[in-house]
Amino acid sequence: MAKVDNARSGGYAQGEKAWMAKNALDDLIQALRRRGYRTVLPRVSEGAIVYADAKNTDNLPIGVLDAQDGGTYRLSQTDEDTYFDYVVGPHSLKNYMFLPREPVLSGKRVDGKWHFSTPQDPPEPLAVIGVRSCDLHALAIQDKVFLQGEYVDAAYQARRAALFLVAVNCRRALATCFCHSMGTGPALDQGYDLALTELGGNEEEGGFVVAVGTDSGGDVLSEVPTREATKAEISKAQEQVRQLAQELEQRDCGPADAAPSASDLPRQRQLDTGGIRDLLLNNLEHTQWEDVAERCLACANCTLVCPTCFCSSVEEISDLTGEEVRRERVWSSCFTAEHSYMNSGVVRQNTKARYRQWLVHKLATWIDQFDVSGCVGCGRCITWCPVGIDLTEEVAAIRGDQS
Amino acid sequence: MTGSVMPPSQSPWNVHRASVTAIHDEAPGVRTYNVTLADKRLRNCYSFAPGQFNMLYVPGVGEAAISISSDPDKPQVLQHTVRAVGNVTNSLAQAQIGDELPFRGPYGAAWPVEDCQGKDLVIAAGGIGLAPLRPVIHYIINRRHAFGRVWVLYGSRTPSDLIYQDQFDGWRAHGIEVLTIVDRADDNWKGPIGVVPDLLRQVTVSQPATLFTCGPEIMMRFVILGALNMGWQEHQVFLSLERNMNCALGFCGHCQFGPEFICKSGPVFNYRRIEPYLRLEDL
Repeated sequence: MAKVDNARSGGYAQGEKAWMAKNALDDLIQALRRRGYRTVLPRVSEGAIVYADAKNTDNLPIGVLDAQDGGTYRLSQTDEDTYFDYVVGPHSLKNYMFLPREPVLSGKRVDGKWHFSTPQDPPEPLAVIGVRSCDLHALAIQDKVFLQGEYVDAAYQARRAALFLVAVNCRRALATCFCHSMGTGPALDQGYDLALTELGGNEEEGGFVVAVGTDSGGDVLSEVPTREATKAEISKAQEQVRQLAQELEQRDCGPADAAPSASDLPRQRQLDTGGIRDLLLNNLEHTQWEDVAERCLACANCTLVCPTCFCSSVEEISDLTGEEVRRERVWSSCFTAEHSYMNSGVVRQNTKARYRQWLVHKLATWIDQFDVSGCVGCGRCITWCPVGIDLTEEVAAIRGDQS
Repeated sequence: MTGSVMPPSQSPWNVHRASVTAIHDEAPGVRTYNVTLADKRLRNCYSFAPGQFNMLYVPGVGEAAISISSDPDKPQVLQHTVRAVGNVTNSLAQAQIGDELPFRGPYGAAWPVEDCQGKDLVIAAGGIGLAPLRPVIHYIINRRHAFGRVWVLYGSRTPSDLIYQDQFDGWRAHGIEVLTIVDRADDNWKGPIGVVPDLLRQVTVSQPATLFTCGPEIMMRFVILGALNMGWQEHQVFLSLERNMNCALGFCGHCQFGPEFICKSGPVFNYRRIEPYLRLEDL
């Protein structure tokens, strides 16, 4: 594989830090593509930042900022030369690892005999650029579901093994962000091949401190024009990450409802996770469930945008002759009646029971099942809820009635 | 003794080819299907534990989670007793001998039959709920001396809904007390009228004994309540629960019951483990 002329010779080892100019991000994409990776980057689509296939940075939302609150998502364009200062959109790595729809079995009847097969094609190696700390934690949580139980989801496992992650340290936190409460951010701490910290705001000064997380990350980086990062650049990057973490931590100083009352700034989220499992399991008949059910539309948006929600159903698809069949797994949601349907009836008859199932699973019984919370504090469920239901407020309301 | 035949590297969605080798009518709308694996090698190494289930697959229609109701010591022929109530089970009701019936499994936790040895055992079942308990009865008969007194308390809506009636005398011949009860009698019914918990009063066991129960949740609740009132301890009681089981692999989320995946940590549970959640509506 041809090395770029001014790439550092010898490559980078895990833990080393490089300096990469902003315009070298395209070289990084090309290096990944030369190695056979399909490359996915953030872009603006229908008024939101989503992940999409991209061969270069042409559609990267440079200078775009997002503002999010309960039921609200707005983008604005600035003159800044910032590559990654928007935060999380409706997509996450879930869209690429736990596919919204995928075949699990196909069958064909030949001469009266059925022949079945499971998908065997190896997945296309995939590189996702611009991933945040909350989403890396969400991926680790989904790994527990699909890879670390009694059964292994072989297709997920193959996609996961062929995944290359270029993560980005957030420089902004939204009102909906509460990764600091969940211990999942904002600083990148695990799960990436390369981690970028963006410094500066214009072309001359701007660039990335690149931390190497894996050997394959180091190998790819060795094909990109970089130099070793200076101590000053490394400490500037660290300081920037530290400052955002501090800004988030300071939210914890007041009670949950102590948002600046005199302004129209959205409430800065946090979630008190102390004893949260027992809090919720001891309050399964709390009146707050009826209160939230009055507002909840049971539309399932929260479960679709949640980067850890893993519920699915298998659909049976048959051709007209009935000689060829296919079984496909599709995302499903605990907010539907079908989810708890049995021949004797639907177990969760109403929205109250379904919202309770979602929230109690996410924040409490997930811990019993997987030794970790199912929430990474990304705030997507708050933003994309059409009526702005905020799980941090629901928990605070239940906790408030405890004292 | 949880059985398994699936190496983890293979897709867990793969099905074993199998076919229906016998069909037996049990009750109106209820049939037992003998299912035999096509692959001889697999047939010889397939094993299951009493209480486990298979995902039976009707191509073009879908899968249904059905407990295995036959002798765990004879796993070469697998019996599934099925009530025709949904898409898949109604299609299955059209099956003929010789039809293919692929499946995957076995899945789930088993009745703790080994731990019950040397003690008295009460089996309390309602309706089709006797099916997942019949492997326990076979298991006991195959090693009858290892168990104490064994009672089968069984009820259904009407006398004709009692499944496995033709086998009761055979069980009795092995020293198993079989007591039946129905909600609504017909002219030929000589037995008691009522519900399964009523039969508990006729049971005398040496404690510590064990209680296995399977049937409608409301029935199980009153069986357990009755047993607890008679001095049984919560940890002596095991029950088998039913929820929507879509994948049986712990992936799909449908069968959650509080912190449990019924397909993974159940369907058989110790009562003490799930008692806090059984009391709640719509969980």
